[in-house]
Amino acid sequence: MQPTGAAVMGAVFNLDHPAHVVHWHFIDLSVANVVVIGLMLVVFALAIALPFPGAARRRSGGAT
Amino acid sequence: MSAVEKASVEKSSVERSWTARVREAGVAALPPEKLLPDSQPTYVASWIYVFGVASLASLTVIILSGMILALKGPAWWHYTGVGHFFNSVHLWSVELFFFAMVVHLWGKYWMAAWRGGRARVWMTGAVTFLVAVPCALTGYVSQQNFDAQWISTQAKDAMNSVGVGAFFNLTNFGQMYSYHVLLLPLAVVGLVVAHVLLVRRHGVVPPFEPDRRALTALAEEDGAPDLPTPTGVGS
Repeated sequence: MQPTGAAVMGAVFNLDHPAHVVHWHFIDLSVANVVVIGLMLVVFALAIALPFPGAARRRSGGAT
Repeated sequence: MSAVEKASVEKSSVERSWTARVREAGVAALPPEKLLPDSQPTYVASWIYVFGVASLASLTVIILSGMILALKGPAWWHYTGVGHFFNSVHLWSVELFFFAMVVHLWGKYWMAAWRGGRARVWMTGAVTFLVAVPCALTGYVSQQNFDAQWISTQAKDAMNSVGVGAFFNLTNFGQMYSYHVLLLPLAVVGLVVAHVLLVRRHGVVPPFEPDRRALTALAEEDGAPDLPTPTGVGS
């Protein structure tokens, strides 16, 4: 990466520190992994809850 | 030999050939209208299948970017901007692959996608996830940096603790690199191809039938006289 680009990205994501960790009993997860797992749960819930575009029309006998 | 007898001999020799037998078995197992259908049941209109397709798209990007990285060698991304770009494409397509695959896997688990003779469809999908984990791990070990050293020594201890350290040496870069660029990708792609073909063969699992006893109880509470016979799938 070019120095300018690296400086911009570094301003957004400061990675120059030890990883933040969520520690609870035997559970030991980095914050980054916890965020990804949380996002997966949210996306999964949305995938179940949100209607698929055109699904109602298909069920009512429209084009497949 | 008459012309009819000659034709009969030629026909039987064709029937005996392994190419004919493989072709006939293939077409019988997966006829063209099943392999490339032009419509799907209404219950396939679900976001869960979008994540299955997103997994396939991510895997395609992983393979293509991995081929470019393999052409240039494992150190290329350390000293060129283009190499760093393709390394990043490779990493983030893996992240997306796992994200989409896990959402698809959760959805199919709660749909009990192994119903109706679809055990192999479910198993190939679940095993793909399990095989993809060491495929990604060997990639992290192949980074050629301190991160790779840390991960390999931690994973070495994990392998030793479960008694398979004699077979997989995580600190052997050559072994891990060949696992990452050949053996495990072959397994993942083979499983994914088998999974997609099995989905085509058996069709997408239909939703659960409504529980008739529960529906009857509800209808009695509402004072409805009778229930129509369930006609199959709903959504």
